[in-house]
This record gives sequence, C-alpha cells and structure tokens, in this order.
Amino acid sequence: MKRFIASRLLQAVPLLFGMSLVSFFIIQLAPGDYFSQLKLNPEISTQTIQAMERSFGLDKPPVIQYFYWLKNICTFNLGESFAYHVPVWFLIRSKLVNTVALSLFSLFLTWLIAIPLGIAAARREGTWQERLISFFAYVGISLPSFFIAMLMVFFAAKTLILPVGGTTSLFGPEIGFWAHFGDYLRHLLLPGLALTLAGFGSLVRLMKNNFLEFLSSPFVVTARAKGLPERTVLYKHVLRNAINPMITLFGYELSGILSGAALVEVVTNWPGMGRLILDAVMAQDLYLVMASLLIGGALLIIGNLVADILLAVVDPRIRLRT
Amino acid sequence: MRHFLRRLRRTHRPAFAALWILVALYGAAFLADCIAPYPYDLQNRAYSLCPPTPVRFRETGGGLHLRPFVYRVELENPALNTYRTDRTTIHPVRLFVTGPTRKLLGIIPSQRYLFGTDDTAPIFLFGTDMNGRDIFSRIIYGSRISLSIGILGVSISFLLGLLIGGISGYFGGRTDTILMRTVEIVMTFPAFYLLLALRATFPTNLSSVQIYLLITVILSFIGWASLARIIRGMVLSLKEEEYVLAARSLGLSRLRIIIRHILPNTLSYTVTALTLSVPGYILGESGLSLIGLGIQEPFPSWGNMLAVTIGNLRILTTAPWMLLPGFFIFLTIISFNFLGDGLRDVMDPSGKTG
Repeated sequence: MKRFIASRLLQAVPLLFGMSLVSFFIIQLAPGDYFSQLKLNPEISTQTIQAMERSFGLDKPPVIQYFYWLKNICTFNLGESFAYHVPVWFLIRSKLVNTVALSLFSLFLTWLIAIPLGIAAARREGTWQERLISFFAYVGISLPSFFIAMLMVFFAAKTLILPVGGTTSLFGPEIGFWAHFGDYLRHLLLPGLALTLAGFGSLVRLMKNNFLEFLSSPFVVTARAKGLPERTVLYKHVLRNAINPMITLFGYELSGILSGAALVEVVTNWPGMGRLILDAVMAQDLYLVMASLLIGGALLIIGNLVADILLAVVDPRIRLRT
Repeated sequence: MRHFLRRLRRTHRPAFAALWILVALYGAAFLADCIAPYPYDLQNRAYSLCPPTPVRFRETGGGLHLRPFVYRVELENPALNTYRTDRTTIHPVRLFVTGPTRKLLGIIPSQRYLFGTDDTAPIFLFGTDMNGRDIFSRIIYGSRISLSIGILGVSISFLLGLLIGGISGYFGGRTDTILMRTVEIVMTFPAFYLLLALRATFPTNLSSVQIYLLITVILSFIGWASLARIIRGMVLSLKEEEYVLAARSLGLSRLRIIIRHILPNTLSYTVTALTLSVPGYILGESGLSLIGLGIQEPFPSWGNMLAVTIGNLRILTTAPWMLLPGFFIFLTIISFNFLGDGLRDVMDPSGKTG
C-alpha cells in the first residue's frame, strides 16, 4: 500500500510540472502585466518597484522567471501577491477554508440524498415513484448550478428565511464559538443547497443504473435461491457491488472541490476561491493564479489517488499494483 | 433518416419531443429578426423594469374578444417601480404586422414581424430590463449566440479530438505517449480556472465577433482532451479488426485508413457524445458571460442577461422576470440531454440506461 501511494505520488510530479509550465506561459501570454500597471502608479517609488523586480526575478526573461518560481515552490513558498502585497498562501488560506467547507458540505449532502434515492428508484423500477425520482434527477442534471443559486437567492431574499452572502452576520465576539459556528452554517446553507441540487441528479442516475445492473446478475439469483432474506440480498450482495463505481466517482468529485463551486460562489457572494481567482486573473496577479491552478491540479491528483485506495479497501478483488 | 426518426419516436418519446423543442429554438434563433418584436438594443426609458405584459382575451368590463389584446401600462412610482394599467382602451395584438425595416440575417430587408401591437401600448411578453429593453426580444436574439456556440464549439473540439485520438491510437508508441501526456495535462487543470486563465491572455476590449470566436476556441481547447482519450481507446481495439488489415494490405496510406476506415466506425458513439457535450459549451459561454468575461453589452446572450442580477437583490426581488434567460438555458440543456439519451438507446440498444 505504501509503495503504491509513493509511486503514484511520484507519477504526479511530471504532471504537476507540466501543469505549472503551461499555466506560467499562459499568464505570460497575457497582454501587459501587473508590473506595468504598478509602474504607472505615481504613489509607488521607483526604488520599491526595482526591489520587487529583483526579488521576483522579473527583470529576467520569462524562462528564468519560471525557474525562480519553481525553486520557491519546492520550499513551499508560493510567492507574493502583486495586488495585495501579502504572501499568496495567506490570501488563499482564508478563501480555501470557505471553499472546502462549502464543497464538503454539499458533497456530503449530495451523497446522503442521492444514494438512497438511487437505490429506491432501482427497487421500484417501472412505478410512478421511480419515474418521479428519475424526472427530478433529470431536471437536476440539466439545471445550471449558477441558475439554481440565482433562484435560491431570489427565494431567500423574498422570504428572508436564509441569509444571502458572506459567511457571518454582524455579531460581536461575545456570542461564543458555537453561536458563530451555527451562524456560519446558516450562511453556508444557501450555496451548499444550490450545489447539492445541481449535483445530485447524475449521482442518482448512476446509482440506479449500477444497482439495476447487479440486481439481475446470477449471484443475486443464487442468493435468493439460498433463501437469504431480501434485506441481506439487497444490501450485502447488490449494494456492495453497485457501490464500487461510485467510489471511483467520489474521488473525482473530491478533485473538483475547488473549481466546481466557483460560479455558485460568485452568484451567492460566498467568499471563496472562485471570487479570488476571478479577481486574480483579471488583475494578472501572476503568482496567485499559478498557486490556485497548482492547488487545483494537486487536489485532482490526490482525489484520484484517494479513489483508488478507497476502491481497494471496499473491493477485495482489487490489488494495488505499482 | 426517416426510418431513424420513426424509431426514435417509437422508442423514446421524450427524445422525440426534445428534438422538436430544439428545432423550434434553433428556428427562432435563425428567424430572430422576424420573431422579436423589438431590436435587442432598443431602449424605452419610460418602461424600466416593466413587468411582463399580460395578453388578455376578456375586458375588465366583461366583453370577450377573439383577438388577444393588451392594456397600456404607465410608470406610477419610479422609486418602487410600480406600473399602473390603463383599462380604458384595448390594443389588439396582431400577427404579421409591418414595422421598421430590419435586415433578415443581415442580408434580406424585411418589414414583417411575427406579432406586434400599436406603438402606444408596447407588448413586453417577458417584461423589460433596467434600460427598458424588451427581454423577449433579447432572449430571441441572445439565443443566436448561446445556441450557435454549442454547435460550433463541439464541432471544433470533435475534429481535434477525433484527429488526435485517432492518430494516438493508431500509431501508438512514442506518438501515443506524447499526445496522451498532453491530454492528461490539459485535463488536470480545473476547467473553470483554465477557462479564466485562457480568457485573461486576451485583451478585454475585443470586438463582439472576436470575443465570440475567442470563447468558442477556448471552450474547444478545453473540451477536446477527454474526447481524444476515448477515441484513442476505441481506435486501439478497432485497429486489430480484419478490415483494417485488409485496407493496409491494399496499400492505403495510414492517414487514409484512420480517416476513412477507423473513424467512421466510432461514429455511433461520437454522435451521441456530440449531442451530450453540447450543454457543456452552452454552460461555458453563459458562465463566462455571467461574470462579465464573455459576450459584452449591448449584445445579448443568455449568460450576460443574467449578470445584472448578481449581487443586486433589489432588482432580483422587484423584477424576477430578469431570471427568464436561465429557464431557456435549462430548456436547451434538458432537450440536448434527452435527445442524447434517446440517440444512445436507438443506436446501441444493448446498453440500456434509465
């Protein structure tokens, strides 16, 4: 297992390298740069600009600049944001917490809803309940996440049930940790529900199809013929097999944690990575953009790895090979 | 083709209905100059955020009319954005009215419109936006961009994906390794971030046509990778078939074998995948336009029409009809999804999906 993880992580290195190279030169292609804007700003002295240029290696050609950046990355120094004059990591950290909280919340909720619904639909194949579930799954797949978010913002603003935007209400520190936590959750609910509604449809369909596929397989007939109770047949035999492809999917979903929520974040005014990277790209904040892309790519690789490991844990037929 | 349609209707009714919805939507986009009662950039300052005009058959006094009519509305309170209905006179809605000349598809001058009222009582089927522009007209005009970008973008990335996937699968070896590593790198990027980064490499002040083409190219650039990988897998198994061996022993060139013999056999899969991937492009365009990086005002697209509602709760609550473009995005996407599923069932009856 350890060897497997190590070799997979090693394989990820060239991938990350290629990714960083591509993203660096994409940003280089952009017309103008943040520095030329800074130089035009009369409030900033030429000495400051020269000092910045030296420290980032910006007076050197782009290829050298890339290696400057790479050297820093290897020491976990993601560089400094040009626009905010603070370390990139400092900026990303606070937004990352919000985005990860939002994505994990909706991921958890989506799976909690979708798996039982998928099973229910498969068991009642052909009835009106199944058609209703399938119909809602279809609608969920086809509704754009940002549009769901807009509709929810509309209803929240009309009915004032849920707060819109931000992560906290205006409270002093005196209300205590748990009250703050509850407040945060209340703010999380709207973007979280929007993401859940946008994501549960495809999961329901997949779960239903997997379940149906195994429901008619020979080993299920055997299990029934042995006289096993229906519960055991369904949840020990069918579900154990049907869940495997979903585990792989779970890994992929983990990897989409960063960018999946971006538009919903912008629409619901949730202060996460989506807004940050949008502004960074607009301002050509080189290191901020690259760090975000890199973290996104790293998450994808980790997500795939987690999926492989989970699958091996759940399905004993699979041996991890390096 | 007719046989195919009949089979689709028999086996998959929703897909058949979806096909007609799409035909209607694309037809409306094509004939936008005739269907939209007003130009997309015509501003009526007196009708800012005017609610949808109800089309009536029954007069307030009780008189019933066969011809639908509208009442004239007037801005009553600009602060609260309320409108007063003037019920004294009725203004009939007429079909095929004449109006100011517009160029049909930019070429044929035409004065006929599908429907309209007299100028004193304008008809806003879906209400107006802040500048008093008719939302119905803008949705019809905007569909040109939102709908065509799906088809165009899919075509480009399918050509790229087919070619690269085909080459990679057929030649194998080092070519395969290099191409597939490239594919993996493109796929590792979070799609939305890559979209943003690529968009940022171009200046923001491009002309609308340039932006349109740019978005299409960027979306295709992101979309080809996954397709190339799937095609490669199919080619890998197809190239061992005997007809490929026959073609090779006949001395055909390798490119010819790929294009004429192998790729057509991936067709049934590709047509389905093509249909099912159109929504991604439509979503990409509307997402970019939504955050202000796509199609720019005054040109409408379904995405940028929704943009004003972001972070503006007052507009959102007083004028919820501003959200209507979103329903059209939804309608288009669900139609493509239904159609794609139907096509898959018809083309490959073995792989049953629910």
